[in-house]
Amino acid sequence: MNATLETDPRVLLLAPGDNVAIARRDIAQGTTLQVQGRSVTLHERVLTGHKFAFRPIAKGERILKYSAPIGVATTDIAPGDPMHLHNVASDYIPTYTLDAGHEFPGESH
Amino acid sequence: MTINAYLRTDGRKGIRNIVAVAYLVECAHHVSREITYPFRERGAHLIGFPGCFPNAYSYRMMEQLCTHPNVGAVLLISLGCEGFNKGKLLETIRASGRPTKLLVIQETGGTRSTIAEGQAWVEQTLAQLEHTPRAPMEIDELIVGTICGGSDATSGLTANPAMGRAFDFLVEQNAVCIFEETGELIGMEHWMAQRAQHPALGEEIVKTVAKAAKYYATYGHASIGPGNADGGLTTIEEKSLGAYAKSGQSTISGIIKPGDVPVGGGLYLLDVVPDGEPRFGFPNISDNAEIAELIACGSHVILFSTGRGSVVGSALAPVIKVCANPETYRRLKDDMDVDAGRILEGRASLDDVGREIHDLVLRVANGEQTRSEALGHQEFILTYKSFEPLGPACFPSAA
Repeated sequence: MNATLETDPRVLLLAPGDNVAIARRDIAQGTTLQVQGRSVTLHERVLTGHKFAFRPIAKGERILKYSAPIGVATTDIAPGDPMHLHNVASDYIPTYTLDAGHEFPGESH
Repeated sequence: MTINAYLRTDGRKGIRNIVAVAYLVECAHHVSREITYPFRERGAHLIGFPGCFPNAYSYRMMEQLCTHPNVGAVLLISLGCEGFNKGKLLETIRASGRPTKLLVIQETGGTRSTIAEGQAWVEQTLAQLEHTPRAPMEIDELIVGTICGGSDATSGLTANPAMGRAFDFLVEQNAVCIFEETGELIGMEHWMAQRAQHPALGEEIVKTVAKAAKYYATYGHASIGPGNADGGLTTIEEKSLGAYAKSGQSTISGIIKPGDVPVGGGLYLLDVVPDGEPRFGFPNISDNAEIAELIACGSHVILFSTGRGSVVGSALAPVIKVCANPETYRRLKDDMDVDAGRILEGRASLDDVGREIHDLVLRVANGEQTRSEALGHQEFILTYKSFEPLGPACFPSAA
């Protein structure tokens, strides 16, 4: 990681080249902090261990965490956006949640 | 540090001295539970298989569990008409030198008399086990399994890599370390293959994970649950990345399947996903199914990382809980053995926590109770699966 580019101590960047930043603790909505020398304002509260974007990510771009591809951007993502099920999807098998409208696996209509 | 172990007549060494009470069909579960309950704090543990139809995997699991080195004696409880091969299991346990007895409810006079006869046997056998010979056990005779459950986005940042460090320390001392759940290594297969002891093993690792991805895709559900997503894990690949960190950085010596006990020290991948066309449902329906498999592979003790906060333990082997999330630790402290969330808050390094886990493994092997043991957790689950034998490339190379 480039030591000359400042990253806030509340933020974890696991590898150079990653496009996700990780909150080391809960960080409030509207907080402005430095990530690799960029000033980023959080659009929502980010919980401990959760991810947010610190640079623009285009739809279709591979999401890298600790240099490993963990999925693909399903929409354009702006710096400060949280990154989760609403904008990142698996390249293998979709993630199942308890949200209303989500079918049970194996259920067919 | 030398462990003061229990020496079995088959030469294997255990770190607990348990009387296992095993039901051979769900219809014998209640009777078995009633037999075990009064003795559960004195070393009687309940295990069993609920199915009435015979199955090679579940038979082998039961055989390996009933002759596990932590087990000193076994009471088998049969209804009488189930498909389980009780005679063969009884003979195998007897041949291992362990005290054992089979009670058939239909022949013993029903519920009340089977409970009475079973309790009398457990009482007498616990007294007999007090005379089990002890023997020194070195770290290179220890088998340690690892699992993560109730994972969140902190699991892969703190507890899993710290357990990986503990694994590295143990493998350096030639212990056997087992990591598992190929369904939670999806996306990591090519990284893992590079760590294989020989190229053919690397190819097997890639195939094993492809099998898992196909299996889970058939059921339309990856091994990532709603709680994982609430905890910040977005995709199975992200969960895998964290789960993979449990394996540490040692060379991968081989692949094993449930019930295979590794013969030499080193790091092994346990392939828990059945072979052949997907059937019998999800590979492991909950964490304890995997814990039972790790124990059937000879694990004396289990390292269990959790971010959301799992409270489970296990029958037959102590479970050490490593809590990944500092907030969860503060809420569920009584259930946790290690506070790995300190790493995230900058209060400890990965090496510090890795060393702490390593040292705790040795103390637990020497009799110290884990939190889940102290709280009486003895969960157990075993269901249907089918496996083919290991291919030759799955073993460590002779060179």
